[in-house]
Amino acid sequence: MKWLFNKNENSYPDYWTRYNACFLDAKPIDINTATYVVLDTETTGFNYDKDKILCIGAVKIIDGSIDISTAFEIYIKQDYFDEDSVKIHGIIKNERIETVSEEEAVVMFLEYIEDAILVAHHAFYDITMINKALQRLELPKLKNSVVDTMFIYKATRTNSTTIDAKKKYTLDELAENYDIDLSDRHNAAGDALITALAFIKAVSFLVKNKNYTLKELLTHK
Amino acid sequence: MKNTIADRVADFIKNFPPFDLLDKEQLLDISKEVKIKYLDKENVIYNINDPLHDQFYMIYKGAVKLKKYINEKLETIDQFDEGDVFGLRPLFAKENYAINAVTEEETILYCIPIEMFNPFIDHNKKVRQYLIESFASNTENPFSNEFQKKLLDDDVKLDFTKDMFEMQPVRLIKNVITTKQSSSIKDAAKLMSANNVGSIIIEEKGCPIGIITDKDLRVHVATGNFAITDDVSKIMNSPVKCYKKNITIAQAQITMMKHKINQIVVTKDGTPDTKILGVFSEHDIIVMKGTNPSVLMKAIKRSNSTKELKRIREKIMMLLEGYIQQNIPLTHINNIIFELNDATIKRVIERCVEKMDQAPPVKFAWMSIGSQGRKEQLLHTDQDNAIVFENTDDDHLEEVRTYFLTLAKKVNKRLKTIGFEFCPSEMMAKNPKYCLSIDEWENQFSAWSRETEEEELLLCSIFFDFNFTYGEQSLITQLTDHVTEITKGNLIFQSKLGACSLRNPSPLGFFRQFLVEQDGEHKDHFDLKKRAIMPVTDAGRLLAIHYQIININNTAERFEKLAELMPEDEELYYSCAYASKALLKFRTKHGLRHHNSGRFIALAELSKEEKMKLKRCFKAVAKVQELIKLKFNLKNFI
Repeated sequence: MKWLFNKNENSYPDYWTRYNACFLDAKPIDINTATYVVLDTETTGFNYDKDKILCIGAVKIIDGSIDISTAFEIYIKQDYFDEDSVKIHGIIKNERIETVSEEEAVVMFLEYIEDAILVAHHAFYDITMINKALQRLELPKLKNSVVDTMFIYKATRTNSTTIDAKKKYTLDELAENYDIDLSDRHNAAGDALITALAFIKAVSFLVKNKNYTLKELLTHK
Repeated sequence: MKNTIADRVADFIKNFPPFDLLDKEQLLDISKEVKIKYLDKENVIYNINDPLHDQFYMIYKGAVKLKKYINEKLETIDQFDEGDVFGLRPLFAKENYAINAVTEEETILYCIPIEMFNPFIDHNKKVRQYLIESFASNTENPFSNEFQKKLLDDDVKLDFTKDMFEMQPVRLIKNVITTKQSSSIKDAAKLMSANNVGSIIIEEKGCPIGIITDKDLRVHVATGNFAITDDVSKIMNSPVKCYKKNITIAQAQITMMKHKINQIVVTKDGTPDTKILGVFSEHDIIVMKGTNPSVLMKAIKRSNSTKELKRIREKIMMLLEGYIQQNIPLTHINNIIFELNDATIKRVIERCVEKMDQAPPVKFAWMSIGSQGRKEQLLHTDQDNAIVFENTDDDHLEEVRTYFLTLAKKVNKRLKTIGFEFCPSEMMAKNPKYCLSIDEWENQFSAWSRETEEEELLLCSIFFDFNFTYGEQSLITQLTDHVTEITKGNLIFQSKLGACSLRNPSPLGFFRQFLVEQDGEHKDHFDLKKRAIMPVTDAGRLLAIHYQIININNTAERFEKLAELMPEDEELYYSCAYASKALLKFRTKHGLRHHNSGRFIALAELSKEEKMKLKRCFKAVAKVQELIKLKFNLKNFI
């Protein structure tokens, strides 16, 4: 009876209501014309409960093109700070980057994504981190459909026993196989762009060779 | 707000004109509005008479060809690759497109909105100038009747070949070898040798003040007139004949003849007083023309960049197309294309070895496997390869492997750039599973032939056709001996391979019709690879293993050897050899026609004659499958 304890939709802040409204009249979309938001997050660490998002980078794919004018990149103010993760993403606590509060970030992010299909590499991680932030603001989880490029990429590979079915492909491996430059690796926006390029290549392959529809795209989990 | 993504776009476009003329701020403003589009090969970007797009294009990855109707035939008039800008018509004219733009390979485009870009044209004279020039060179019909007539009137006999080769602009060699006038002749000659060039330019502040060619060394130095310790200024030719960019091949050839020179220096404004942009030699014209295997071979061996090898490979494909059109026997085609592919791969490995920080720690050999190993790779197909290296003590094994993996990664990557796609099953030398010491390989092959399950069968079918490509041949010989030994009389293994080879039934169905694919994209298509080429290849391999025919990997050659060894089945084996060649040729023809791997054939598209030919091949496939069934006691199959 979990719903009993959920807040009434009316008691959520306006920005949530606006986000929620995007899902009310769902229009049919197809794989080629759907709007995708390809995103990547950098976090203070890998603990879902303790760690927080440092940065969200994203870009939209509209009508099959990556639209740079939609690039999204925000940095979140941190109280908690883990020295180890700085080595990975290079965001230093006092670096002079414009930062916003976690709530501001959530407001901007929800406004940005609307009902788009979210795409990320190892998406479960990024989505969980974002959901944790929503939870801290006493909001429900994201409502968007989510696609993981790891599984999409896997679907393009030769279906052979010689490939370990459980193999996890890193973003670097995708980039290498698709000949994508890695110059901005480990920067959320840079990784989002790499993921977006890999995503359109993989989807184009699946549509052409396996007659993929949006439904099939969304079944890879 | 920070904008990493726009920064990255700006980082790319700033390297190419006209964007190199803009400042950082302007670049970023444009980059923010760019759209990135991915297109598969042979996709139309715009067609003649299409309404203008509100954007023009820059190629980020891939290649695009522009086509136009010439004498009612759609012909390619220009090709563009990374960094090139096209589709400028909306900037200058209001009419619809006058040219087709089609991707030549997988392509990623940067789409730059006109609205965003217009202010830069208005305010930056240089940008405008550049765009007008390149727009003019893209659209002006260089083969206009007028131009042709003029040349003919002057009684200059030019060979107007199919692709109007002479009218193409020359391709500059941008890596120009230069020296200062104070350096010695000896040092200059050393530089020329090291870079494998026939000329060197003497420069000052980036401008060419003189040039020395091989001939000057012969005439002035080898005769004893000058000492090798003399300054280069003593023998250099000065001033240097310079030309502007976009000189056509025809112009270049005429100029070279007129001035009795064999290289042309291209500078910014066409005079020796501006910066050197590149050089162009007689040899480069021959290479560009290159539909001659020996010229291509030389070009491959001299090539110093992956991009150049890629271009040469395109020429190889043109050569292949010509051979197929002229109906030259496949055995000859196969040998020539194999040698050229082989030389390309060798050159790539050679260059990558040079690029490594240190020499290989132990001897190694690069082997080609699968179709390249069987010398049956004509079209661009996947790369399949592996490395074998000398045994080393356990302490150093991983260190040695790491070295070769690093090398393999470089080689695999460059082969991909040239046009050999990555193997989707990762059967490549950069995979740690296939970069092994000779002991490890021997154990690997032993294990595959001992415990042969599904997976091993697939691996065997690819790895048993290994062939030496580069390095230490004796390692491959040793491996071949080992494979011979472990498969000799191993009937269990052989019958498993036999069963596997029968899995794809003869392509002739019950009613003597072709078996076509039942569903998917290739519905009503006939899978030439799976139903015909693979069965005959598998049969050839199995029989070669059974009769211990070593060192022959090519399917047709295997069957020819079998015919020689077993006169009682001579007819069958010869028909298999024929079938293997005919099928390969068939596939190549279709692949060239449709710009794909040629694997799936639309039945409706086949002529009566083609169907007859195919049926003849399939009969051979059916017969050899029957023979295998009896020989290896596989009654339950088929």
